Amino acid sequence: MAQITDSGSRKKALLREESELEQLIRELFESQKLAVLGTQNKGQPYANLIAFAASDDLKSLYFATARATRKYANIEADARVTVLIDNRSNEDSDFSQAAAVTATGTARELVDSKRDEVLAIYLTKHPMLEEFVRSPTCALLRVEVQTYYLVRRFQNVMELHVK
Amino acid sequence: MMRSVLRLEHITVSDRERVGGKGFALATMIKKGLKVPDGLCIAVDGYNRYLAETGLGARILMELDRKDFAEVRWEEMWDVSLRIRNLFIKTPIPGDLRSLIESSLESELSGKPLVVRSSAPGEDSSHASFAGLHESFVNILGIDSILEHIRLVWASLWSDRALLYRQELGLDVHRSSMAVVIQELIAGERSGVTFGRNPNDPSQAVVESVYGLNQGLVEGSIEPDRWLLDRKSGTMINHHSAQRDLAVSAHTGSTRLEKLSAEKQSAPPLSDNEVAKVFRLALELEELFGSPQDVEWTFLGDELYVLQSRPITTMAGENKGDKRAWYFTLRRSFDNLKALRSRVEGELIPAMEGEAKSFAQSNPAELTDAELAKELYQRQEAHDKWLQIYWDEFIPLAHGIRLFGQVYNDTVRPDDPYEFMDLLGATEMASLERNRRLEDMAGMIREDPVLADKIRNRDYPGADHSFFKALDSFIERFGDLSCSAELCVQGRDGIIRLLLELASRPAAKERFRSTDLERLRERFLSHFEGAKRLSMEELLDLGRASYRLRDDDNIYLGMIQNQLRSALEESKNRLTGRGNLEVETLDPFEVIEALNDPDYIPQKAVAMPEESAHFDIRPRQLVGQPASPGVVRASARVITEPSNLFDFKAGEILVCDAVDPNMTFVVPLAAGVVERRGGMLIHGAIIAREYGLPCVTGIPDAASLIHTGDELTVDGYLGIVIKHS
Repeated sequence: MAQITDSGSRKKALLREESELEQLIRELFESQKLAVLGTQNKGQPYANLIAFAASDDLKSLYFATARATRKYANIEADARVTVLIDNRSNEDSDFSQAAAVTATGTARELVDSKRDEVLAIYLTKHPMLEEFVRSPTCALLRVEVQTYYLVRRFQNVMELHVK
Repeated sequence: MMRSVLRLEHITVSDRERVGGKGFALATMIKKGLKVPDGLCIAVDGYNRYLAETGLGARILMELDRKDFAEVRWEEMWDVSLRIRNLFIKTPIPGDLRSLIESSLESELSGKPLVVRSSAPGEDSSHASFAGLHESFVNILGIDSILEHIRLVWASLWSDRALLYRQELGLDVHRSSMAVVIQELIAGERSGVTFGRNPNDPSQAVVESVYGLNQGLVEGSIEPDRWLLDRKSGTMINHHSAQRDLAVSAHTGSTRLEKLSAEKQSAPPLSDNEVAKVFRLALELEELFGSPQDVEWTFLGDELYVLQSRPITTMAGENKGDKRAWYFTLRRSFDNLKALRSRVEGELIPAMEGEAKSFAQSNPAELTDAELAKELYQRQEAHDKWLQIYWDEFIPLAHGIRLFGQVYNDTVRPDDPYEFMDLLGATEMASLERNRRLEDMAGMIREDPVLADKIRNRDYPGADHSFFKALDSFIERFGDLSCSAELCVQGRDGIIRLLLELASRPAAKERFRSTDLERLRERFLSHFEGAKRLSMEELLDLGRASYRLRDDDNIYLGMIQNQLRSALEESKNRLTGRGNLEVETLDPFEVIEALNDPDYIPQKAVAMPEESAHFDIRPRQLVGQPASPGVVRASARVITEPSNLFDFKAGEILVCDAVDPNMTFVVPLAAGVVERRGGMLIHGAIIAREYGLPCVTGIPDAASLIHTGDELTVDGYLGIVIKHS
């Protein structure tokens, strides 16, 4: 049996850590239906709830909105957005046990075949939004994630940069 | 896991909540040894599984929670239940559950014609019996059809009537569930209902009976023979013999009304012995269930089958002002609607028109104060009378639209549950004819710059000019749109201003021409053959008449309203001159008092709503009902009184409390329509759809939350209105 070097075992530990973090984020995304979206209008931040879904590789987050909304107008003017997904339950234990993921990235409306493809993913998670999303006035958007910030145990923060 | 499908005879006390009132009562009777048709029950677990596995449960919640139930009007209730029903029609039962139901049917009831009945928990309990709140279907044949009807029974948990009475029943809309009973159809030769205790006289029992199946009796289309019996002794008190001519009988996959033979016409369906037998049956069931029962039964040969037994109760909540009892009457049979149609078209509308014309003979300006008070009173009374008739007879007729819509959706299964409305041919409506004539006159101005200039400068050509001939004939036919020519400052000038505005933009297009209608009609009718096709043609014809009348009745009621308004305006003008009254706040009866008594001052406390000290509150996004598809962003024009209409500019969004018939002439100018009243069958929605304009209805307080000049987005797909800052 080959000797495992120190750097090798560190690397392995790190890899394990990475895959655990990824798994954690994946589970968090599967457990949650709603997220907070942050946009801005000339420097004024604006937050609201969205029903989100994630791509399998976790590189994209998806949400839908009517095109006449404030969030849509904000994104049209500046595509940079942030999305917060967490598993609070409004209990004291949240301070130590809740996990939150903040994503930053850019949002774009999906069109044509790309829209249809993502629509299937989105409706699998939110079948009740079928009428809403199929309305011609409803936009389906993709947030191309650059970085995830994962917060656990009150103050433990890890960054995951998309390669 | 509990079994979702049970044989009736296997149901036990512990299943009570799962199988619903009807299912449990049937099982209890089987145990007692009574003759009950063989069958199965799909317990509420089946319904819940279907909802969970298809995701339908969440979608129903989306529909129900869209608006505060207290703010949902009857017309919207129709829509909510129509949309939910369509979800059920379009969502098949998923594989496992389907196989389970199929195999149970296969082994128990294979190949037999069946009845598929609702059995809602709570529905048949003694404190809440709402007979016929949910659907039942008779003579269903073949597995696909049975599965489909199971879904229709499930959907009927959300019928508009059920939704309406759910509050009364104290049932939680979000936790409601439905079991289904499927039984062999007993093609009885004589059927009926026994009331173990007469609701009108507790010392008596009532037996009603018809030839054929019970359906005709239960739905009210066949008059039964009726016997009254003394409850204690069982002696017959009297027998009311019916005009026997028809019976409902079963044919492949459906039921049919048939003429009775002369022999049957002359003899009552039951002998005295048989009357005594069904009476004793009711007493036996009363003992079994512990309270007087309402029992449905049928005779096949001499064999007596019990079809259903439930406690006798009276309808709850029949207070004055409670419109639900009235609403209950809205659901009418095809024959009933046909009779109603001929009465509305043949008698009521001509009478209404006649009354409006006779009021128009007298000019309020020429009357003394006392005469004016009397005239105002008469017009108010006539108005109230016609408003009542409007509720009692015209609105129920609108059910014809819905009856047709239901058949259309069941047959064609369109993505858009309102597609059927295109087929109803709004093009023949009076208000569209009116708008076409306005458009013609606007066309004359548009194409003749010299005429346009002259009209704009009020340098009118002579009365014999073709434009003025058209205008006079228009006024003759439709009045001057919003008020009587003598009194209203707008009058003829108002129409001319409107025509100039209409001429300033290209002519509005109606969505359909008669050739399109013909094509849609044929597409629908091609689903049917022979006698069925003929009856569908008749149904379509009724639907069209209902639709047309939905519009026309408003126009005619509008004529009466105009007469009332003109008398009221003249009265208020006179009272304003006195200087001691806040004339605008007076109701018509106070105006009458004031006309008769120069010193009259009404007692009135006007409480102003308090404004928030901390916030300046503004609406941003308002949710209503999608009533006509499309989206538009434009400036709002809020109509609060008729004179606002003449300020309407092409391309504005029409916002109002309720689009009444006197407003629809501006619709061709509008870019969209928003109103407080909700539903697809309201005037604004019908007209908007006809011109292909986005329309959102059912926005509470639309006319006060939105102001003229506000920049709005009307999203007619999603049913939302956004106010941009």
